[in-house]
Amino acid sequence: MTFEPRLLIRHTLCRLFPGIVLLLAFVMLLASPPASAEYGDVVLNKRAEKAGMRPVIFPHWFHRIRFRCRVCHTEVGFEIRAGSNNILMADIIEGRFCGKCHNNKIAWGPQNCQLCHSGLPGLEGGVRGGPTTGGPSKW
Amino acid sequence: MNHLSKLMLCPLLAAMLAVPFYSATAAEPAKSKSTNSKSKTATAAEPATAPAVAETATAPPVQQYQYSTRPAAIAGGANPFNRLLKVAKVPHQSASGDEIHDPTNEGTMILQPPLEAYDGLPQTETGLGNGVDWVKALDDGNIKPRWERTDPTAEPMVMDMNIVRVPKSSMPDVVFPHRQHTLWLACSNCHPDIFIPRKGANQINMASIVLGQKCGVCHGKVSFPVSECKRCHSQPKKVAVNGGGPTQ
Repeated sequence: MTFEPRLLIRHTLCRLFPGIVLLLAFVMLLASPPASAEYGDVVLNKRAEKAGMRPVIFPHWFHRIRFRCRVCHTEVGFEIRAGSNNILMADIIEGRFCGKCHNNKIAWGPQNCQLCHSGLPGLEGGVRGGPTTGGPSKW
Repeated sequence: MNHLSKLMLCPLLAAMLAVPFYSATAAEPAKSKSTNSKSKTATAAEPATAPAVAETATAPPVQQYQYSTRPAAIAGGANPFNRLLKVAKVPHQSASGDEIHDPTNEGTMILQPPLEAYDGLPQTETGLGNGVDWVKALDDGNIKPRWERTDPTAEPMVMDMNIVRVPKSSMPDVVFPHRQHTLWLACSNCHPDIFIPRKGANQINMASIVLGQKCGVCHGKVSFPVSECKRCHSQPKKVAVNGGGPTQ
C-alpha cells in the first residue's frame, strides 16, 4: 500500500466528518449575534429557575424614567454591582428590595408573577443589552 | 460509504472548513495565516488536535452598527469601527422579540416597548446604549424621575464642581462633571467605595474602566457606553508654546 499524502488527508477528513459538522454547528451558535435586549436590562436567575419560575428581567430604562438611581441604589438598598444582591421572594412580599415599591401602593404588587418572571428559560444572570464594559456585569 | 460519495464529500468539507478561516482572515490577517497553515498540518498528522485549532481560528465576526442615527464616518466601508464591543443588532426591540423575554409568557405582551417610552426624549448623536440623552431629558423636563421613593417634590442636592483629569495619552482631557452625577446619584453611591474623595487618590485608566471598575461600574452597563469617547474626553489638551518639547 502506497502512502499518498492527499489520500491520507481525504480519508482522515472523511472519518472526522460528523465531528467537524458538530463542531461547526457549535461554532455557529457561539458566533450568533448578541441578544438584542435593551441596554441595561438585567437578568436575575440565581434562584428563579431552580424554584421553577422563569428568570427575572429588570429593565433599567423603565425605572430611570420614574426614579433617579439614588432611590434604588441607596434608599431601597440595591448594591450597584450586578450579582451582589441576594433577593428572595419572601423579602419582596415582606416589603424589602423590589417590594419597597412593588406593594400595590407605589407600583403593582408581587402577585403579578408573570411581569417580572418573563425571561427565556436557561438565561444566565447579568447585565444584558450589549454591555460594553466587563467585570461586575459578568458576575 | 463508497469511494464516489467520499470524493463528493471532500470539496464540501473543504468549503466548510474554509468559511471560518476566511472570516478570521478578514478580522486579523496575520494571526489567522499562521493558524491556517498550522491547522492543515495538524489535520493531516494528528486528527485529535483538529477541533481545538478550528475553535481558535473562528473569531466572532465583525459587528456592524445598525443604528439609523449613525454618522457616515463609521457606517462601514473599509475601516469599520471594530473593538469587538458587541452591539445589539436591532436596537430597542419590544419585549416579545428581544431574545431575552419569553414570548410564550402571558406577562410579556403587557410590558411597555422601549421606543414607546423614548418618544419625545432627546436622542444622543451616536444612538449607542438606550440612544437617549438622559441628562438632557432631565434638564429639559422631559422626564421627572423622583429623587425620593415616596415624595414626588423632593429635590436633589446638586454639587456643581468639575474635575479635570489629564490623560498621559494624546486624548483630550477628561472633564468629570459632578452636577450631572449628583442629579441622579447620592454621594455615597460613588464615595468612598468606587472613588476615594481625595485629589490624586484615584488611579483611573481605560483598561480598568473597560474591565468594569471605576467609571465602568455604571458606564457601559446602564449609563452611556464607553464608546462615546468625546462625552468624557471633552476638553482640548493645553499644549505649551514650544509644542511640548524640552523645557528651557
